[in-house]
Amino acid sequence: MAYGNAAFAALADPTRRRVLERLAAGPKAVGEIADGLPVSRPAVSQHLKVLKEAGLVTDRAEGARRIYAIDPAGLGAMRAWLDQFWDAALSAFQAEVERLAMEEDPKA
Amino acid sequence: MTTATIRPAPVRKSITVPASPERAFEVFTARFGAWWPRSHHIGASALASAVIEPRAGGRWYEVGEDGAECDWGDVLAWEPPSRLLLAWRIGADWKHHPDLLTEVEVTFTAAGAGATRVDLEHRLLERMGEDAQRVRDSVDSDGGWGGILKSYADAI
Repeated sequence: MAYGNAAFAALADPTRRRVLERLAAGPKAVGEIADGLPVSRPAVSQHLKVLKEAGLVTDRAEGARRIYAIDPAGLGAMRAWLDQFWDAALSAFQAEVERLAMEEDPKA
Repeated sequence: MTTATIRPAPVRKSITVPASPERAFEVFTARFGAWWPRSHHIGASALASAVIEPRAGGRWYEVGEDGAECDWGDVLAWEPPSRLLLAWRIGADWKHHPDLLTEVEVTFTAAGAGATRVDLEHRLLERMGEDAQRVRDSVDSDGGWGGILKSYADAI
């Protein structure tokens, strides 16, 4: 995807959205997040890495475990994400109107 | 933390398209599935199409390649060729919540010969925060969403 926005790209993946959804209920360790998801624990770790790099989740050590939580600043990024989302959508709409106008009048 | 004062600014966008308002409105709605970016969907399956039903009270939804329909919301006002008001009922968790109401208003204004300015406003985003608060209350968890609400406040 060519949006150049890490949060946008991170959330384009349905599994990552499910991971974020689980974290919405509260901080969790990898095992708790992976439990019930149709992907392996290493895959969940990889998704968490992407979400972390996108600023959507944070992690902290708790004994031997690593606990993940939604990054509040990242959800500020959600509004920014919606901003980009509508940019992309309206650009696509504009392109469609232009394409149709050209079809109807190739000289235009 | 007070949640009542949280009011993230609406997302506002404007573009100009080479068409009359009538035509622009028609392309936006009747051809919605043709132009909507394929990457923007909430269903598990890839996006096959997306639909805005042409009437107030109509549905607004996506159709996956597996044939499954996922509701996004509904049509609150259908006023061709000048105004369309859609309910966006997708929460911060990227799921459809029938009781969540955020509004997407699209207006079509003539801007010279054969051109139309299209203004889009996605507002009431704070309700995603309120919805989040309900989720938090319902699962009786002390983590996660409190910080999110603060981030909405910080985003103003």
